[in-house]
Amino acid sequence: MNIEDLAMRISDLSSFDGYHLDCQPIPGEVEVLQITVGDFDELPTYVSVTDTQILCITYLFTEDEVKTERRTEMLEEMLELNIPIPLSSFSKIDERYVIFGALSNNSGIEDVCHEIITLTENAAESISALEDFLS
Amino acid sequence: MSVLKKIMTAVRGGAREVGELIVDANGTRIFEQEIQDAETHLRKAKQDLTDVMAKQMQAGRKVESLKKEIGEHEGYTVQALEKGNEELALEIAEKIAQLETDLLEQEEVHKSFSGHVVRLKDLVKKTERQLKEYQRQLSMVKTTESVQKASAAITDNFASSNSKIISAKDSLERIKERQQNTFDRLAAAEQLEAENSDKGLDEKMKAAGIGGGDDKSANAVLDRLRARQA
Repeated sequence: MNIEDLAMRISDLSSFDGYHLDCQPIPGEVEVLQITVGDFDELPTYVSVTDTQILCITYLFTEDEVKTERRTEMLEEMLELNIPIPLSSFSKIDERYVIFGALSNNSGIEDVCHEIITLTENAAESISALEDFLS
Repeated sequence: MSVLKKIMTAVRGGAREVGELIVDANGTRIFEQEIQDAETHLRKAKQDLTDVMAKQMQAGRKVESLKKEIGEHEGYTVQALEKGNEELALEIAEKIAQLETDLLEQEEVHKSFSGHVVRLKDLVKKTERQLKEYQRQLSMVKTTESVQKASAAITDNFASSNSKIISAKDSLERIKERQQNTFDRLAAAEQLEAENSDKGLDEKMKAAGIGGGDDKSANAVLDRLRARQA
């Protein structure tokens, strides 16, 4: 499945699991799709497709937002949360902490939508859980 | 050095292009070249393998037919001896000796081909494993590269769309507010609908002379209690 395919199929779905998915392509060297789920306008998921996988990434917060004195504690917390959080894992890209999920390139549109919705809900849940570490 | 370690070093070093990792001094894409080479090797090894296996089968068939021929000629020798034809028996025995030399040779050839087959099968397996390994490593580098590029595109988009970047806490607050709003709206709509439908039904029942007021139901209760007393 490539990005155009994905964009078209998501736009065709008026809603999935009770959520409206809004999808917008982002220009650049690598094609990226920005998808927002329902009311979660501030937590868009970015989807890109590589040779082997579909990557869905949601940005959580920047390094600046982390309370310096509690940074190590937060990192440990995030490592420990990686397993219990369904389908998603924490990571970091440059100065930004992210939550992401990867799917096989052969996944169906339902799997991708399900992943994006879960990821968005997990993102909100994670920020809420890690709130004490953020300024 | 493992690929993951190389990726780690490159990312820590702030390299914008992890893709450089897979390019050597001559500008060739090392991994892709290596994969291509491995694929060529694999094709060649498989071709050789089929050739050698065919030759092995041929040698095997020759060994069998020589053994059969020797057996037959041994029979002929016995028959010649039985008929007292010593001269012919000797001639046949010479033929057998020749056949036995051939058999030894063919067996040697068959053995060498069998050894070849084992070696080639090993080589094919090894090359296949290596190919998989290269592909796995390439996929790691390519994914890192793709994520970096995607991240750059997203950052550019942020900057160009002039959207104000707000903190995670504020984002969460806004989302919660919006969700609460939606929830409240839904609840209000539900309540309104319930009120409307109740009112409508009451009016309809009243018009039809059904239900209609507490008075009637109080009387009904009294009637029921009286009936129980009696």
